Amino acid sequence: MIPEELKDVAAQWQEQAGQYAHQVYVCTAAGCLSSNSDQVLESLQKEVKDRDLHEQCLVKGVGCMGLCAGGPLVAVQPDGVLYAHVTPEQAPAIVDALGDEPAADLEAIEADAPFYERQEPIALENCGRVDPESIEECIGADGYAALARCLTALSPTEVVNVISKSGLRGRGGAGYPTGLKWSTVEKARAERKFVVCNADEGDPGAFMDRSILEGDPHRILEGMAIAAYAVGADQGYVYIRAEYPLAIERLRKAIRQAKRMDLLGGDIMGSNFSFDIQLRLGAGAFVCGEETALMASIEGKRGTPRPRPPYPANYGLWGYPTLINNVETFANIGPILREGADWFAGIGTEKSKGTKVFALAGSVLNTGLIEVPMGTTLREIIFDIGGGIPDGRAFKAVQTGGPSGGCIPEQYLDVAVDYESLRELGSIMGSGGMIVMDETACMVDVAKFFMEFCRTESCGHCLPCRAGTPQMLGLLDRITRGEAVMRDLEMLEELCDLVRNTALCGLGQTAPNPVLSTLRYFRDEYLAHIEDRTCPAGKCKMRSTTEVNR
Amino acid sequence: MRVDLQNPEPPTDDPRWRSVRTAMRRHGHQPNALIETLHAVQESFGYLEEEALQYVAAGLRVPPSKVYGVATFYHFFTLKPKGEHTCVVCTGTACYIKGAPEILEAIEQEFGVGPDQTGEDGKLSVLTARCFGSCGLAPAATFDGEVAGKLTPEQAVSRIRRLMDDDS
Repeated sequence: MIPEELKDVAAQWQEQAGQYAHQVYVCTAAGCLSSNSDQVLESLQKEVKDRDLHEQCLVKGVGCMGLCAGGPLVAVQPDGVLYAHVTPEQAPAIVDALGDEPAADLEAIEADAPFYERQEPIALENCGRVDPESIEECIGADGYAALARCLTALSPTEVVNVISKSGLRGRGGAGYPTGLKWSTVEKARAERKFVVCNADEGDPGAFMDRSILEGDPHRILEGMAIAAYAVGADQGYVYIRAEYPLAIERLRKAIRQAKRMDLLGGDIMGSNFSFDIQLRLGAGAFVCGEETALMASIEGKRGTPRPRPPYPANYGLWGYPTLINNVETFANIGPILREGADWFAGIGTEKSKGTKVFALAGSVLNTGLIEVPMGTTLREIIFDIGGGIPDGRAFKAVQTGGPSGGCIPEQYLDVAVDYESLRELGSIMGSGGMIVMDETACMVDVAKFFMEFCRTESCGHCLPCRAGTPQMLGLLDRITRGEAVMRDLEMLEELCDLVRNTALCGLGQTAPNPVLSTLRYFRDEYLAHIEDRTCPAGKCKMRSTTEVNR
Repeated sequence: MRVDLQNPEPPTDDPRWRSVRTAMRRHGHQPNALIETLHAVQESFGYLEEEALQYVAAGLRVPPSKVYGVATFYHFFTLKPKGEHTCVVCTGTACYIKGAPEILEAIEQEFGVGPDQTGEDGKLSVLTARCFGSCGLAPAATFDGEVAGKLTPEQAVSRIRRLMDDDS
């Protein structure tokens, strides 16, 4: 296929889609699927067929629509109606109401509800709108158009410059400027280069990457191909968790379709640029999200990190320069090239441009996937978009950044979210998991949960992490059981400092963060566990005072 | 002495070896295909037997010690067969906050199978997962691969009970 043909495919699809008076989208992402959205899809398709409406009404499965708490979700266009908690039996009522007011007996969500109104989808722009298993439809929604433009009108250096100018920063958590990374790999001299997509979304409580991969896999392939063109790579890998079978299946299918249409493989779109993508499955090791460990795993080895420098940009897979970006970073590439660097740089805060996808979960009404401009406050995210805390409970803290992040208390809810502000608060942006906790959560217990995670996930390569995490966990365990004395708390703080400064990789260096941040904002809870031997939240099972014999 | 290590014969004539063989061939028997090949073994056999590890080591020309190292490093791989029924409880942050520990406790009390264990009769395996990424459904678990969300400890126990009863 050449760029002109791409336009034909897009036009053809748009014309075909325009023939339908009604379109019904059923969410088939993992969340809704597990509440049987596939049966909803089937019964809607059957209903439309039985009534002989299939020429006017298109029923299709799409990716994540965001509001996972309301699943299974069904959207009706152009009516702009969104139904929540749909059952297969409700299909006739939905078809009855086509082009009319929403069906009365169904739970309909207002289109201008704050959950959707406050969002600004860029990475998720096609998620929940296109059928992720149809490449024609993705092309119809501007898919691969940015790649075509790069191949015909821009030099690799020009592409790197656009990305640099946009101000995009790595969405995996650390926030390293993407353009700078691309430019380092572009300038490296070597006979081979690689592009890797880090889809090893290991943070518990994070499902952004999974939703993008399940809802719009072609966008990632396009982003990777553009990156490969810019840096001069001919081989790419997507390193994806084996725990995401649906995302793997859809990616595999997308790669096959793209190859068939000459959008991947040799001489892409008639140019002399060749790029192939293979999948590599993770096997349940959190540390493999660290880039040097990830590369070891792609090479078929144990996923242990190595010291940096040399950075992967100079010395990566099999010693060749390698560009590693996160899924969400690649998802932003197409729109930036389509709309321009200035457009992207106009969104967000001074140092953090664009939008960020967050997975909102825990004690919040509207659990789900959201995308907001950088600089949105935590209060807007949790209370306006998230709908606040259910069951009339009080907000206590929000955890961002997973095991490397921290807990942010009520008094900082009005801080505008970006990479710097969260770091100042003792947490990090991380990949975008956001867990809301109410008054029933014990902060010491939360710190213990993350330390237990880090202890299990420590790869054992360096001493501070291998030996330090079990010691810290042991101390936290004593505190939560009401067996600790003040000296234990001092030791815990010393150990945090030691591990933070001496561990080899990010996993170890940030393992103390959940402890440090809860100590910073909820020190009184630690003291209550130690001095009064009580758990203020009533979560920890404390030994009674008489049992503790000191 | 020269031994042809490149294409060793599978240990048995079990047809399930075919997919393992295909996985190795697809990657040109390169050592970097080790993890992919172990995935193929586990998919076909449910776990990694010692003879499978030996076979993969020979097929990819990787020392058995390294194969064993990789197989034990990654949590996803298991060297022991799983029970007839598997319940995986998500212990990600959202599920933890919303009561995954209580679910595990209830299952252990009812069936005597603790987290990451298989019952002595080989009927039930209880596993924990880091995060399903289905945090909107917290607390979540899978029962023989079927995801269920917003679970109470009682519901989890009765789901497992139903799986076991279906056999008898």
